[in-house]
Amino acid sequence: MNATPLANPSSGAHVRSVPGDLPGDLMEVSMGPHHPSTHGVFRMIVTLDGETIVRLKPVFGYLHRNHEKLAENTSYLGSMPYTDRLDYLNSMTNNWAYARAVEQLAGIAVPERAEYVRVILAELTRLLNHTCLAGFLMQDCGCSGTPLMYAFREREKILDLFESLSGSRMMCNYQRFGGCRVDPSAAWLAAAQQLVDGYGPFLDEFEALLTGNEILLARTQGVGRLSAALAINAGVTGPMLRATGVNYDLRKVDGYGVYPRFQFRIPLGEHGDVYDRYMIRILEMRESLAILRQALAGLPAGPIMNPAAKLRGFRPKAGEAYGRIEGPKGEIGFHLVSDGGPNPWRYHVRAPSFINLTILEDLCLGHTVADAVIILGSIDIVLGEVDR
Amino acid sequence: MLGSGILQGLLVTAKNFVGSFHDPARYTTLEYPEVKPALPEAYRNFPFLVCDNATDPLGTLRCVACQICEKECPPQCIYIEKSRDKKPDATGKPQIYPAVFAIDTSVCMSCQICVEVCPFDAIKMDQVFEVATTDRYAALLLDRGQLTKPNTYFHTIHPTEAAEVDARLAADRQAAEEKARVAALAKAKAPAAPQAPAAPVAKRDQTPESAP
Repeated sequence: MNATPLANPSSGAHVRSVPGDLPGDLMEVSMGPHHPSTHGVFRMIVTLDGETIVRLKPVFGYLHRNHEKLAENTSYLGSMPYTDRLDYLNSMTNNWAYARAVEQLAGIAVPERAEYVRVILAELTRLLNHTCLAGFLMQDCGCSGTPLMYAFREREKILDLFESLSGSRMMCNYQRFGGCRVDPSAAWLAAAQQLVDGYGPFLDEFEALLTGNEILLARTQGVGRLSAALAINAGVTGPMLRATGVNYDLRKVDGYGVYPRFQFRIPLGEHGDVYDRYMIRILEMRESLAILRQALAGLPAGPIMNPAAKLRGFRPKAGEAYGRIEGPKGEIGFHLVSDGGPNPWRYHVRAPSFINLTILEDLCLGHTVADAVIILGSIDIVLGEVDR
Repeated sequence: MLGSGILQGLLVTAKNFVGSFHDPARYTTLEYPEVKPALPEAYRNFPFLVCDNATDPLGTLRCVACQICEKECPPQCIYIEKSRDKKPDATGKPQIYPAVFAIDTSVCMSCQICVEVCPFDAIKMDQVFEVATTDRYAALLLDRGQLTKPNTYFHTIHPTEAAEVDARLAADRQAAEEKARVAALAKAKAPAAPQAPAAPVAKRDQTPESAP
């Protein structure tokens, strides 16, 4: 393990003999950027001693689309559809975080009904994201197909709801500054209630399929342990952080929107390994169902948009604001600096996928390549958000 | 017992496998393209321009080439050139019309911000999603003629929204006529000009038939 570093680590896969008393050679393998296990175009330069990882260098930026500079050259409204394309699984929560930042910047009030609808959509998004994650994680574990297809079957129902409300399955572009674009109809709310009622049995089935599975336990328990100290130091948020036992959830800490009105618990892990990260997500989905039931039951009547909010010609006064919410992957935040013009002077995204990914090497050291694949899967990244 | 978790999981897959033959909840595949998906009313794809009269699509465009959508479009996929002359619009008022109106659908990201900012209800979202073509440049750049579709078509794809728009436009038209009549009456009363009341009648004659 104390071998001298390779001369030029980024030059691709090669073998070099190790001087000294080590018996073997170090081998450098480039995993990705085009690899089914890297969840997009992501590259890991892995240095192996036998099959053990001794160094891992993440390389990202292949999906860079200049998101922040685009937003600085577009109107505030024009950036809203671009936020859909950050983390393309969670467009509703991205929209919400961005809308919150602009609402704070310009001091726009949001009607109560819109706050409820936002909570409903955010929790549906959390269900969608965690269901997908569980499916993909099983795919990474080598359980090809079955759990992923069951997860996608349920995800499709949520996407149908999003489509019938916003017009698009994934690029919803639904939230507006001061409310939401469309008022959900009674039929839509009934469909959402039906989905919530049917989701518990699906989770039971999904857990019967996986949670007690001996192969899954053997593959994931004790793998990729993250300590609470490292997680806090690295700024890790979301289920990754809570799997280490740190009780930090912005829905409780900030109490934004109408979350303080709902009864729900924050599931916490103990070991911070891949299995805990899987279980945290399953438990969070059950809590999301509890929030959804309360929000659907308590949805007040009234306007969905603040009538004072302007769609066009929006120029907030000079100042800055940081709007954050608890996205399914962690704290998603938008930092806006306005100079009084129609575009933000500075626009920054705090992307949870990106920050959670920075600890990848620490998690993978000492494990095998097959473990690195599931560790990456359990971090839950979307490259659209990592590279922006 | 070691292996009981696996057996329990296999039971779930067996249930799903058997269920996929008789339970619609477990058999969710749609045999596209033989079976077309039922699109929700809100579904949106690419924008189109609404005209009021299907027999004269380009003559009855609601668009007045104000270029707001061109300015607001986040990916800048709309290109408009204003006309030099004026044509009467739906309320009979002479208006500029778009001499060129093009949308590059290879750039469009279907965000529908153009629809939201349009003050004239002239641009709406279409639901045609089978748009594959072998020509990646010219065939994806839609011009005014390809983009224009009648209001009756708008009613078939977004009935609720179309009914709202029609009601709003009818109310606007009525208010405009009322205003013109009041103005004409006031004009007729004051300097006793006999030709003044004829103006709103002539305007109404030019108003195209509002569809359905």
